[in-house]
Amino acid sequence: MSESQPEASRVVLDEEEIARALMRMAHQILEANRGAEGLVLIGIPTRGVVLAERLAKAMSEVEGASIPTGALDITLYRDDLRRNPTRAVGHTAIPVSIDDAVVVLVDDVLFSGRTVRAALDALGDLGRPRAVRLAVLVDRGHRQLPIRADHVGKNLPTAANERVSVRLAETDGVNEVTIARGPEKTADGAAVAGRQGGEER
Amino acid sequence: MRHLLSAADLDLKAISSILDLSEEMSTVQDRPVKKLPALRGRTVVNLFFEDSTRTRSSFEIAGKWLSADVINVSAKGSSVSKGESLRDTVLTVAAMGVDALVIRHMTSGAPWQASQWIDAQVINAGDGTHEHPTQALLDAFTLRRHFRRTDPALSDFSGKTVAIVGDLTHSRVVRSNVLLLQTLGARVILVAPPTLLPSGVESWPAEVSTDFDAVIGSADAVMMLRVQRERMSGGYFPTAREYTVGYGLTRARLGRLREGAAICHPGPMNRGLEISADAADAANSLILNQVAAGVAVRMSVLYHLLGGADDNPGVTS
Repeated sequence: MSESQPEASRVVLDEEEIARALMRMAHQILEANRGAEGLVLIGIPTRGVVLAERLAKAMSEVEGASIPTGALDITLYRDDLRRNPTRAVGHTAIPVSIDDAVVVLVDDVLFSGRTVRAALDALGDLGRPRAVRLAVLVDRGHRQLPIRADHVGKNLPTAANERVSVRLAETDGVNEVTIARGPEKTADGAAVAGRQGGEER
Repeated sequence: MRHLLSAADLDLKAISSILDLSEEMSTVQDRPVKKLPALRGRTVVNLFFEDSTRTRSSFEIAGKWLSADVINVSAKGSSVSKGESLRDTVLTVAAMGVDALVIRHMTSGAPWQASQWIDAQVINAGDGTHEHPTQALLDAFTLRRHFRRTDPALSDFSGKTVAIVGDLTHSRVVRSNVLLLQTLGARVILVAPPTLLPSGVESWPAEVSTDFDAVIGSADAVMMLRVQRERMSGGYFPTAREYTVGYGLTRARLGRLREGAAICHPGPMNRGLEISADAADAANSLILNQVAAGVAVRMSVLYHLLGGADDNPGVTS
């Protein structure tokens, strides 16, 4: 297959590898926090919430204590609202006060960093955490903002026009991360295209 | 959605989308920072040609909590009191570069007319005896929450009966509510003395009765309407006492409501006339819930109209 032809998607993480990556991240988060004390896991819908729940389950198995998990919809904090049709807003549910907590933001793919910036703004309106950490299943690079993840399942060097898709059993019926060559677009074009259900943004 | 002029502008999907987002918006009230950045850089003008407290304030708070710049213009103290026409006022305000006009006017159709003159989006905040779509939305929001207490999966109002009782002729709320409730699948029964039934009511998508006592036992919600004495030029009923006996939600009628049936009133209330103090303050009275819902619902409406690009084709997922 030549470079210019569309490429079929290739699996970069299968079910076992996702489970292993999440278990490793769970241990890393607990180690960095010296236990589960004061931790709150907050996922960015949709797949970030599923991953936060899986991480919390793994961490509670290690620590024997349940870790509060929530969801933080960032739609209203996006910097490209005026560029697109009105977006549907998802659900935000923060189970406990985040004041003085160590909040771990969880998302599936880290790309431009704009989603994380929006999430940081949204968190600031909900309270004042002691610290905010970032955990992502896949870091595919191409950052447009000075943001980095603290805990990464897999670093995946990509081209700007490649599409990374995270599919999870709870939302998609299958656990896998795939990569495929997408339509040609600039890194910025890809970033403003928005969250496209389990794909990069 | 380009404008919100009538409840008829909204299909079931749009209503559900507005009510679902209203649920999210209602949580803003409990936050330490009551502010979302969604409408940053947008300007909303509340153009009120008629007195209002709750509607104007809730539109103002809704716009501000979404970070829009909100300006209030009322007829009193503005050029309107110097004789400026509706058209000139609307064009003047729109020429200042506003994104949306929230219009209340004593003449039916004024917001629609305004929407023909300007590019800005127009929201009808009550026009004459015609419509008040955001009031109907907040009534639906309040009722949906009430019904979901016993049926959490409830998505529309199929199987529910709502009785709207009182001064139908002078009410703008009733028209919007009939349209919205009907779209949501509810059975709507309109109850009023024959003198307060609007002409053409038989063509509305609702049943009509002049006997409140015959209807009250079948309603899952009763919506009492204010007797709008200020809009009445003639004698629509002999005495206030007689009206109360026939059509008021009295203490006696309160006892004949279905268990758990909701009591609504768009306010302001004439206590002792269309609604007794017992009914207004009853455990199943949702009147204050309606007021509280106003801000969340109007935030949702403003976001649906102004939240995206200027050529807004509606909400996408």
